[in-house]
Amino acid sequence: MRALVLVFALIVALPAAAEDIVLGLSKDTVSINTSFDGSEILVFGAVKREAPIPDDPRLQVIVTVAGPDETVTVRRKEKVLGIWVNTDAVEIDRAPSFYAVSTSTALGLSLSNTEDLRHRVSIPRAIRSVGAPDTIADATRFTDALIRIKSRSNQYQLNEGTVSVDEQTLFRTAIELPAALTEGDYETRIFLTRGGKVVSKYQTSIYVRKVGLERWLFKMSRENALLYGIMSIGIAIAAGWAASAVFRIFRA
Amino acid sequence: MQVYLPIAEVSVNAFLLLGLGGIVGILSGMFGVGGGFLMTPLLFFIGIPPAVAVATEANQIVASSFSGVLAHLKRKTVDLRMGTVLLIGGLVGAALGVVVFNYLKAQGQVDLLVKLCYVVFLGVIGGLMFIESLNAIRKTKSGKPPARKKHNWIHGLPFKMRFRVSGLYISVIPPLLVGVSVGILAAIMGVGGGFIMVPAMIYLLGMPTKVVVGTSLFQIIFVTAFTTLLHATTNFTVDIVLAVLLLVGGVIGAQVGTRIGVKMKAEQLRILLAIMVLAVCGKLALDLLLMPSELYSVGASDGH
Repeated sequence: MRALVLVFALIVALPAAAEDIVLGLSKDTVSINTSFDGSEILVFGAVKREAPIPDDPRLQVIVTVAGPDETVTVRRKEKVLGIWVNTDAVEIDRAPSFYAVSTSTALGLSLSNTEDLRHRVSIPRAIRSVGAPDTIADATRFTDALIRIKSRSNQYQLNEGTVSVDEQTLFRTAIELPAALTEGDYETRIFLTRGGKVVSKYQTSIYVRKVGLERWLFKMSRENALLYGIMSIGIAIAAGWAASAVFRIFRA
Repeated sequence: MQVYLPIAEVSVNAFLLLGLGGIVGILSGMFGVGGGFLMTPLLFFIGIPPAVAVATEANQIVASSFSGVLAHLKRKTVDLRMGTVLLIGGLVGAALGVVVFNYLKAQGQVDLLVKLCYVVFLGVIGGLMFIESLNAIRKTKSGKPPARKKHNWIHGLPFKMRFRVSGLYISVIPPLLVGVSVGILAAIMGVGGGFIMVPAMIYLLGMPTKVVVGTSLFQIIFVTAFTTLLHATTNFTVDIVLAVLLLVGGVIGAQVGTRIGVKMKAEQLRILLAIMVLAVCGKLALDLLLMPSELYSVGASDGH
């Protein structure tokens, strides 16, 4: 899966800003088949300008990849009557199923707080949590827990300094997609910043799709649930019968 | 070799699953139980979401019990009439169990309930079996003949029915109740319930041991098939790829296990099974009692 199929998608952005992004992706479609074990996407491009390179401050590049949004519930365990039980729960209205931020330098240096707020770049900003119940005072702990758990399984990544920038013109980075990946359009954004301010922005999508058997089974389980259930039982019955038949041959 | 499971949406090692299926198959072949009560917690441990583990395990038990029943039918050790009565109770129980399961899933307590069920049932069954088989070993050593139960309160109930293969003339109420309770367990815990059904048939219904296993397996097929269907249509949590990987290992393991089982004494088998059951129970109990390393958990919010 890691072999990079170079499906070039070179798209020229509109020449509105002084510095524009010309982007390439190693592939714009990720296929989840039965042997899917994660994938790597190469994001690369160039900065197109009409004027000479501004001297100061230096150009920084930020790349974000976001999976489809989900509504999730984060639950906390507490000790009740001697056993650990889920008690408090906070619903997080919008959390990307996957989110990766790659930067050319520390995120705090390449993006100011206000710009982060506006463009929702850093991981905590990409998650939207409103309306935690009044009974829970420490709602931010639940968001922190979500980030911690998702980071552990590589589904949230902050990769500082992994975007390499040459001559303030060429940039490239690799984004690791984990094996546990959900389907959908993965919104990919590239920001050019100078002194913490976004000077240019580019947006495209990477399509993640189940293919072949995976697609067929998943679709069937949702659209023809009854038939899918009957098929599951049919396979089980056939396997049970086959095992018994083989066993009999061995005995005889 | 990694395999991406379409419903569980996780990538797992295929050989690990084949191996797990094989090991549990050996044990179930040796002891004559479905093996779901061991497999489901093992699936939790390797990271399959609990809801998918429970639903898929039910599907795998269909395969192993169907295979087992074919062998028993040949030896005429299946009481089809008793099986049908247990089955009627079982179907009612399975439907109740899925309702309870869905309700608890919405409350976020499904993990707790499944684990509590495991701890309580594994503890009780394992403990009783351990004591019973220890006593049996002691009795055979001292040379006393095993005591036989005669009549108890169960024989006073109405709606009597004749079960020829089992040589019984009893009320249909106890078998119906046994069926209902095992059906509920099957739906909530993803187990066939053989390890509860078998002692219940021997000790509560007084059936002869030789027809118990076949009859239990006969009704387990239908209960677990029904459970699979309900989970597939209401929760969409049956992962057919996972089921196939497990049952391939399971049926091969069961062949090996049966051959080992034949060479052992009944009491030795039962005591080994009891120790194994108690070990699983202990591990799950510790999980509930010790402070978890991560207090927070993330789940889908509206049951999808």
